[in-house]
Amino acid sequence: MTAQRPAGAGRSTIGRYGRGTSVLLVLPLAGLLLLGFLYPLAKLSSQSFFGPDFTLAYYMELAAQPVYLKVFLSTFKIAFYCTVLALLIGYPLAFGLSRMKGWQQLLLLSCVLIPLWTSVLARSYAWVVLLQRRGVVNDMLVGSGIVSQPLRLLYTEAAVVVAMTHVLLPFMILPIYSSLRGIPRDYERAALSLGASLWRALFHVTLPLTLPGVFAGSVMVFIMALGFYVTPAIIGGSSTLVLATLIGQQMTVQLNWQMAGALSTVLLAVTLVLAVLFKRFLSFGRRMG
Amino acid sequence: MAMSEAALPRFRRLADGRARGGRVILLGTAFTIGMLLIIPSLFVLAISLTGESYIEFPPSSLSLRWYRAFFEDPQWMQSALLSLRIALGATVAATVIGTMAALAFVRGTLPGGEIIRVVSLSPLIVPSIVTAVGMYMIFAPLGLVGNYFGFVIAHTILAVPYVVLVMTASLEGVEMDIELAALSCGASRTRAFFEIILPNILPGAISSAVFAFLSSFDEVTIAIFLSSVRQQTLPSKLFENINYTLTPVIAAASAVVMLLSLGLMLLVVVLNRSLTGRVEKKLG
Repeated sequence: MTAQRPAGAGRSTIGRYGRGTSVLLVLPLAGLLLLGFLYPLAKLSSQSFFGPDFTLAYYMELAAQPVYLKVFLSTFKIAFYCTVLALLIGYPLAFGLSRMKGWQQLLLLSCVLIPLWTSVLARSYAWVVLLQRRGVVNDMLVGSGIVSQPLRLLYTEAAVVVAMTHVLLPFMILPIYSSLRGIPRDYERAALSLGASLWRALFHVTLPLTLPGVFAGSVMVFIMALGFYVTPAIIGGSSTLVLATLIGQQMTVQLNWQMAGALSTVLLAVTLVLAVLFKRFLSFGRRMG
Repeated sequence: MAMSEAALPRFRRLADGRARGGRVILLGTAFTIGMLLIIPSLFVLAISLTGESYIEFPPSSLSLRWYRAFFEDPQWMQSALLSLRIALGATVAATVIGTMAALAFVRGTLPGGEIIRVVSLSPLIVPSIVTAVGMYMIFAPLGLVGNYFGFVIAHTILAVPYVVLVMTASLEGVEMDIELAALSCGASRTRAFFEIILPNILPGAISSAVFAFLSSFDEVTIAIFLSSVRQQTLPSKLFENINYTLTPVIAAASAVVMLLSLGLMLLVVVLNRSLTGRVEKKLG
């Protein structure tokens, strides 16, 4: 079928770069990704299957050792708590953002974007200083007589959840905010004028309409939390291990590259499956605000 | 019964009036949460300004001594300089490579282009620890660990998704007809690109360059694995010292990184606004 198409219709080829030029244009990117990204991932994963013959030994060990199972469970648990907490904290903020105007909105928006644009390290460091044994929180607790001795706050699961939620919150807030902005406020007003209380109107009218945003934010936060390294490494240390920090430990402390490969393969597989399943909810480039 | 247009403002006022109390509570909650979000960043700033030799909050005396300590320490400076050089290299590479690819995706005839596009975004979703460990295994035997080019390659891969995202969107916003007009008036493809397309995608190119720069300058996980004792990026050195250094110099270093990224992002917001304005004026 080579029927003539009218100029400009559909995917016209007029004015497009030819095939040769297109391939040349994309070649540096393709080469870079292939050699610098895909090949390392493939090599890392294949190493866990060959030692040097094909073997599933590392995966059997993963399944057999309760230590690994424990880390898996706590990784999912932490990611789940982070998602729920981020949703509970993020929704009201996104709501406020969508209902404000002018300088108020600008102020609140900068509260969301400034942390997003500042380094994860700086934000994790803040939590270290706040939570450490002789840190600000403990000083206040002891000073006010609530506790008699400083508590162990750093290196606990709760601390990891709090710090990670803080780091990941913008990824929850931004999608919810954009779905809230898309809803005409008259829907809510209609419910109000028919006698519903504000809470009822929000719960039965506004909330259901923002579910796509809620879902998008939750999926994003959950996936990112599963593979997060920096914050759990700093706040959790070696006493609260998650998958990512366990991989790091296998790599640098145990020097067990095959096991690091097996764990990475599992983490990668879980992440990719989730990403493909929820593809339509994921939007990249949230970092850019 | 449809509501008449005239009744609409009254309806809105009445409905809004009914919910005023609850709304004040909601907005108050939102502001409180917003403050909580930003407090840790302000907190780092505050402790970096202390005049004492240990971390204290609130600082009992203000001074810039820890900033001086940071800027006068040759080791911190070496790391900062390395990070800057890497970020600049990765920015140039990612912006050029990503823009070329975006041109092919938007304006080219590329079989399987969609697959390449999706793969080029995947560094955003693959957990950074997995990428880091994989790269370390390949880079180490090639002598690319603790090596400038190793860092630049790794960070270019991480930065390229931002460039591809921004530049595809940017290119899609440029009417194909203007380029066609230039071509039919006898301009070469190259000339049409530099004189017609490039001015139109410049705001996009600048913001994607800044994103690329920041994603490299801030990058921690991969840098930890690719760093050696002598060649260590600033985030990697910060990461190593966070749990052990008890002086506020870490706070000062974090604050420097924080203020630099913040400044660059604000620059993009301002630049983007004026650039889009100018482009629109030209076309309008």
